[in-house]
Amino acid sequence: MQATESVADSRLTERQIAWKVARVLEEGWYVNLGIGIPLHIVNYIPDDREVILHSENGILGMGTRPPVGEEDPDLVNAGKEPVTLRPGGCFFSQADSFAMVRGGHIDVAVMGALQVSERGDLANWMIPGHELGNIGGAMDLAAGARQVWVAMEHCTKDGKPKILKHCTYPLTAPDCVKMIFTDIAVIQITDAAPLLLETAPGWNPQDVQKLTEPKLLFTKPVKVMDLTGAPANK
Amino acid sequence: MIKKVVASVQEAVQDIFDGSTIMVGGFGGSGLPEALICALRDHGARNLTIVANNVGGVQYGVGILIANRQVRKVICSFPIGRRQAKLQDTFWEQYRAGALEVELVPQGTLAERIRAGGAGIAAFYTPTGAGTGAAQAREVRSFGGRECLLELALKADFALVKAHKADRMGNLVYRKAMRNFNIMMATAANVTIAEVYEVVEAGTLGAELITTPGIYVDRVVEVKVERRWQG
Repeated sequence: MQATESVADSRLTERQIAWKVARVLEEGWYVNLGIGIPLHIVNYIPDDREVILHSENGILGMGTRPPVGEEDPDLVNAGKEPVTLRPGGCFFSQADSFAMVRGGHIDVAVMGALQVSERGDLANWMIPGHELGNIGGAMDLAAGARQVWVAMEHCTKDGKPKILKHCTYPLTAPDCVKMIFTDIAVIQITDAAPLLLETAPGWNPQDVQKLTEPKLLFTKPVKVMDLTGAPANK
Repeated sequence: MIKKVVASVQEAVQDIFDGSTIMVGGFGGSGLPEALICALRDHGARNLTIVANNVGGVQYGVGILIANRQVRKVICSFPIGRRQAKLQDTFWEQYRAGALEVELVPQGTLAERIRAGGAGIAAFYTPTGAGTGAAQAREVRSFGGRECLLELALKADFALVKAHKADRMGNLVYRKAMRNFNIMMATAANVTIAEVYEVVEAGTLGAELITTPGIYVDRVVEVKVERRWQG
């Protein structure tokens, strides 16, 4: 990232956020990917690392989208898009799938979010004023996964913070989010306050604080994200 | 001799009555009993309560029945997505007029309510939804310091399910991610109707591989369709 580039240009793209999350998923973990930014994560898990992806509709070992012409309507992900099955993968019912979720067998669920509170409350299924939301599997995953991570844009489309002191939208689950990956920062939810671990290149901790409602704790020094090997900007 | 195979989808759905509660399997287009849904549209039963994960669109899924104004209530986790542009107008018109009721259920809770219905379990406590607005309408009880909500089992008059292959005994096997809601729904209805790609001789499915035992299945209908991704 060049020093001359403006701050507005140095936000991570959705795919770069997904890439960033994919780098820290560990060998042997069972990980659920929610719709939106998290579904891109499947494309960026390093080849030499076995992370087993869980899809709510009854898949363990979910792989990438197949080439055009090889899509199978019987094999889709949570977003109903075609995927593949990796060697050693398997299929099961939605009841078994959510038994894995509620039973604490999923190491990490990565979800999108509309709002996250400083204590880790998650709101990601309904915008007030809309007549109906779409819950999908979000409430079960937020309540049941061993860790909930959020991958999202740091701000709303009109520039308002999405990390708040208190969520104002209907909750998906209280007190569940542990990590937040955004286009400008990586933040860990701690008992004391949200802890700023990393900023995007071109951003300093004060810039991130301005776009975050609760007071952030800063590690010293806050790391600047290393985007070597990340997908291109466009 | 037991013979659950019927000749056509029309015959398979002919006794579905007005006011029925009907479970419809599938997750998006995967494991969706498309031919049975079209047969139910043509049959014309009205005032239906549909239990399904998602509504789909006007071209496929439960959306076909909503567009045809046959549905009074949907129990689902994902009512209508942005991709379903063609269904939006009629869906919202019916919803706002009070002609279409929607009961929104978290997906795992929906799957478990159906499983419980088929397994003779009246209700269960789950942490899903605790500490959210969902708790307001439900009994809340703590177990080991963790709040849980009481959720009631779901049963139906009919289940429309999809499987890969069946035999005349009603045994079913599935292909890839088709199992989704089909496995539980097959157990939770008075009459379970299975649409399959292929009916084979009894004894050839592989007894160790049968996923839905025939005890749960009342009718089987073979619908040969080309499996092609439709984007």
